[in-house]
Amino acid sequence: MAKTLFDKVWDSHVVRSVKDGPDVFFIDRHFIHEVTSPVAFLGLESRGNRVVYPERTFATADHNTPTINQHLPVEDPLSANQLDALENNAKKHGISHWGLGNKNNGIVHVVGPENGITLPGATIVCGDSHTSTHGAFGAIAFGIGTSEVEMVLSTQCIMQPKPKKMRINVNGKLGLGVTPKDVALYIISKQTTSGATGYFVEYAGDVFKDMTMEGRMTVCNLSIEMGARGGMIAPDAKTFEYIKGRSLTPKGADWDKAMKYWETLYTEEDAEFDAEFNYEASDIEPMITYGTNPGMGMGVTKSIPIVANVKGGAETYKKSLGYMSFSEGDAMIGKPIDFVFLGSCTNGRIEDFRAFCSIVEGRKKADNVTAWLVPGSHKVVDQIKAEGLDKIIDDAGFELREPGCSACLAMNDDKIPAGKLSVSTSNRNFEGRQGPGSRTLLASPLVAAASAVEGVVTDPRTLLVS
Amino acid sequence: MAYDKFKVLTSTAYPLPIENVDTDQIIPARFLKATERKDFDKNFFRDWRYNQDGTPKADFPLNKEIYAGSKILVGGRNFGSGSSREHAAWSVYDFGLRCVISSEFADIFKGNCLNVGVLPVQVSPEFADKLFDAIMANPKTEIKVDLPNQKVTLLATGESESFEINEYKKDNMLNGFDDIDYLKNIENEIAAFAETRPF
Repeated sequence: MAKTLFDKVWDSHVVRSVKDGPDVFFIDRHFIHEVTSPVAFLGLESRGNRVVYPERTFATADHNTPTINQHLPVEDPLSANQLDALENNAKKHGISHWGLGNKNNGIVHVVGPENGITLPGATIVCGDSHTSTHGAFGAIAFGIGTSEVEMVLSTQCIMQPKPKKMRINVNGKLGLGVTPKDVALYIISKQTTSGATGYFVEYAGDVFKDMTMEGRMTVCNLSIEMGARGGMIAPDAKTFEYIKGRSLTPKGADWDKAMKYWETLYTEEDAEFDAEFNYEASDIEPMITYGTNPGMGMGVTKSIPIVANVKGGAETYKKSLGYMSFSEGDAMIGKPIDFVFLGSCTNGRIEDFRAFCSIVEGRKKADNVTAWLVPGSHKVVDQIKAEGLDKIIDDAGFELREPGCSACLAMNDDKIPAGKLSVSTSNRNFEGRQGPGSRTLLASPLVAAASAVEGVVTDPRTLLVS
Repeated sequence: MAYDKFKVLTSTAYPLPIENVDTDQIIPARFLKATERKDFDKNFFRDWRYNQDGTPKADFPLNKEIYAGSKILVGGRNFGSGSSREHAAWSVYDFGLRCVISSEFADIFKGNCLNVGVLPVQVSPEFADKLFDAIMANPKTEIKVDLPNQKVTLLATGESESFEINEYKKDNMLNGFDDIDYLKNIENEIAAFAETRPF
């Protein structure tokens, strides 16, 4: 039977299938960070187990880390404790560790690809739902819980039933100011936050072929927000060019051998999917969310739907708008904002900073806006400086911070205060996600930049054409 | 982590008829800073359960005396979406719940529940509505969750529905053991497989 890309990668990692149960699924690369791993190490040790493949495990500190004064001891004792636990566990078990101060440190889903840990055809897991990011390379990558982190540390496998397969095709050309983030938010708005539950998604069509690797990462990153276990895109010349020569990618004969395998990673013509959806690039405009889940999004020029026109429970929908202090029928354009957050594993890469700068260059930050610009890694910081983007950012009245997850989930000090409205390039707008009582509008770096200079929700196209 | 075996559970239930309850609500990120697993019940639904001054919100179902001691939570559709934090499943367990019933679960949350000894029971939207209606009409409504027979019953009326769970996971829940026990038994097979991986 003809195989999909997903079948090929999945089937080649099944150690054995359990009758009436899950597959024993082998993991090539395991990322760990300070929040979801300490309890896993405790479990491992209490059972008298050891880390079986420390060389397949990679530790980085990101969720809790401060974004200023990283050279100083971490002030929050609980955060410091988790960071210490990660460092100690890594040392004890022979795992490479990129802690604060390490030049390779950054958000787990940013440093994986940029250091060549993420490879086509690999299986990658991490105790973080946005592990789906790595699917951009044709890997099967997904988030797991702490019990599974322990499972992978002690056996390099997890027990996982094979998900169903979905293909999402987007064809045509994207319009001015429409970015990969908008494509993803558009798809999620159509699918809802549970539309792909139980599925693994392959993205196909012109739009993804034309997309850069960083754009593909943004799209795959957000797969989890429609309930999918993960998303993936078939590797192509662009993929191979991106990974070649990175510090941990195969070299020499190993590269040639790997390339032979990678070139077989595509969906065969007659392969079947359990579900398939088609969207047109021309239907997508810059997007913004208005509610408390990522599925509550729409074109930035649209008005908030009235309850009678939405799927799902009316009470739940009203609760969501109530939390946001919005009303049915409200326009989003022109709503005054308080904060802008550029960063996260969704949009903390160099292209996101380039996009942001394309709007703010020659303009000034609005006085009513506090902006947190947080690169995804030290390598991104270095690129920002090498390209002179730091100068543009500075001239426009913004400030760069040090890398980390920051205000995406506000586990560090970067919290949006209660009631304040934030335009955020991150991945979730759940109640209190960016701090208790905070209100989040998810958008692209272009929408964030336009809103940061205007002080109100702004369609970036109005600034791009002028 | 060992958990109590699950066989048949009969209990009243907390109703939470809200859709898309994400794990950031079940346990907000700021309470994920522990390095050991204990007391996650304290911050279970923290921001929905308490006012900012720390006083309980009287109208939130988990605070209502009438439901106290229930071992079951009946949640709205798409329960447990969002973050993969297992802390959410731990907080369910630590709060004293052994079963969550919903018409749809997010995948990772469901997997996490099964790994920590909380049974996720997926029922039809119609049956979920019946459960909500029955609980609203009488908070002392008892629900029987029978894992061996994969059946959930509304005791007052006798109405029941069967639910799916794969045989392997069912055995785990019935016997209180987990995947690591299984995987450690086939260590050599995994090691041989690892040798065949190209990178």
